[in-house]
Amino acid sequence: MPEKKLPVLETKKLGITFGGLKAVQDFNIQIYQGELVGLIGPNGAGKTTVFNMLTGVYVPTEGTVLLNGIPLNGKKTHQFVAAGVARTFQNIRLFKQMTVIENVKTAFTKDIQYNMLDATFRTPKFWKAEKEMTEKAMDLLAICHLEDKADVIAANLPYGQQRKLEIARALATNMKVLLLDEPAAGMNPTETAELLACINTIRDRFGVAILLIEHDMALVMNVCERIQVIDYGQTIASGLPEEIANNPKVIAAYLGE
Amino acid sequence: MKKNRTKQGYLLNTIVIVALFALFQVLTAAMGGSGSFKLVLAPCLWQCCYLIILAASLNLVLGFLGQLSLGHCGFMAIGAYTAALLSLACERAGVFEDKEGPVFLAVLIGCILAAGLLAALVGLLVGIPALRLKGDYLAIITLGFGMIIVNIINNLPFCGQDGLSLGSASSSLYKNGLGFGSKGKVSYLWVALLVTLLCLVMMFMFIRSKYGRAIRAIRDDEIAASASGINTSFYKIMTFSYSAFFAGVAGALYACANATLSTSSFAFSNGGILNSTFIVVMVVLGGMGSLTGSIVAAVIMFLVNYQIKNGAWVTALPAAVQGVFQYPMLVYAIVLIVVIMFRPKGIFGSYEFSLINLGRDLKAARLRKAAERAERKEAKAHA
Repeated sequence: MPEKKLPVLETKKLGITFGGLKAVQDFNIQIYQGELVGLIGPNGAGKTTVFNMLTGVYVPTEGTVLLNGIPLNGKKTHQFVAAGVARTFQNIRLFKQMTVIENVKTAFTKDIQYNMLDATFRTPKFWKAEKEMTEKAMDLLAICHLEDKADVIAANLPYGQQRKLEIARALATNMKVLLLDEPAAGMNPTETAELLACINTIRDRFGVAILLIEHDMALVMNVCERIQVIDYGQTIASGLPEEIANNPKVIAAYLGE
Repeated sequence: MKKNRTKQGYLLNTIVIVALFALFQVLTAAMGGSGSFKLVLAPCLWQCCYLIILAASLNLVLGFLGQLSLGHCGFMAIGAYTAALLSLACERAGVFEDKEGPVFLAVLIGCILAAGLLAALVGLLVGIPALRLKGDYLAIITLGFGMIIVNIINNLPFCGQDGLSLGSASSSLYKNGLGFGSKGKVSYLWVALLVTLLCLVMMFMFIRSKYGRAIRAIRDDEIAASASGINTSFYKIMTFSYSAFFAGVAGALYACANATLSTSSFAFSNGGILNSTFIVVMVVLGGMGSLTGSIVAAVIMFLVNYQIKNGAWVTALPAAVQGVFQYPMLVYAIVLIVVIMFRPKGIFGSYEFSLINLGRDLKAARLRKAAERAERKEAKAHA
């Protein structure tokens, strides 16, 4: 029974106010290891705001984010990443002037042990760390089928591959929870199918928990084990995909009453 | 295999550099006595050395980290004064008497290192508050810090308003301290070249490591960088301070090459070659994100500066053009505009010159040119 285990990622009464606007209120979610949870809602519902709070980009005005039961209050984004929360962005944010493999290697930075002296004098430690990292990076690129593009400048990749590279980069942070913000946005059906395969490989291989924001309902219904729906910053429903699909509140939120 | 190629590249570079250095030693031994070498070439080479270090070190902040800093000369001033004062103190304490022998060499190296370290420390202190800002705001605050540093030096009792020449310290750095006269400039030229080389190697190693990747990531997208686990403020401040270290070293070389030090030569309003904006121009000209580009640009800008001031051909020009040459900043601006028009990313862009890849790069460039030509032809045929 997954419910008895400690959730990997949990939020308690998470909320944020911008001026007088309550963007998100009382947001509670539990994600267990290996689970794939969908977060859906109409445009402007606050999905990306939730992601920003889960990664330390925004500081929530109330509530807490817990990772494996440890609160992450007051931490900065890079500390969230060090703790094990990785994300992708709705509007792709790659390191555009760097090559594909450098993009992935950058995400290993926090785990590399060599210091400035090793780098300056090119000690064996430096070569060893760089070699291991290159191998790991190629491995991750292979998962996303980008291994033959390793030396291409990231900005020159086609759109679908840029999205995949973002996922590969997020994987390199050695995370426990992966937050995917609209990974299939702007993709054609073939690319979406490839992405789906990629996400499944990631779950099988890394056993990570994934939280997914997505507008492509077919994709969401297909892969998510549970779905949480928010509208105007408040959770209006959560449950299994078929429950959500038939929930009158959800239908009302999407189609109007 | 790739690693082997990198190591082969290092080996090739080392061989070429050692060969060039040997050639240089032979040449100085042969021509060192001649007047034109002593009076013209050697001082020029000294100047080139510190300009190269300055441009390359600013490129770390401007080209690789992507932050506009206009206070680079402030750090250079700190380095210059530290080295000069330290050497004077050493001489007064009787550590060395004439500028010869291993003891003096040790003092010289020590002064250069101390200059770098103090500049790095000040860079750290300036960087911590300043790097909270971005873009134009950072430019303004670093500009301010550069001016503040110069003013503080101005008002320190042991530095003196009129520089080290008239201050309490000494009558002339050539006579005392580490300043080199024309003879010293020739015999210690190898120190300047070696220091420049070491600085460049250190910068290259920095760029081609996790540090370089991290700061380029910050330049490309700061939010994504922190979402990839990079502590952006740490890397920014570290790079700023590291760059200030090299500016300090360049300042020490400057102190070696001059009889007097005066803060007005580091001031922002200074129309000469040592001006924070002038260094920015060099970096932009060479290509932001290319250390080899900065080296080339530093030499080019030095030559431009030297020619319009000393070139024999200048007198042959019409009076109006000579009038423009009275204002060197105007000439630099024109040079910059011309380069930006034809090569918007600077001479080198983000390309790094490398000996081992030279053949491959040239071939790639030829193929690209050919492809462009073919494309244009096709477009024309369509039209």
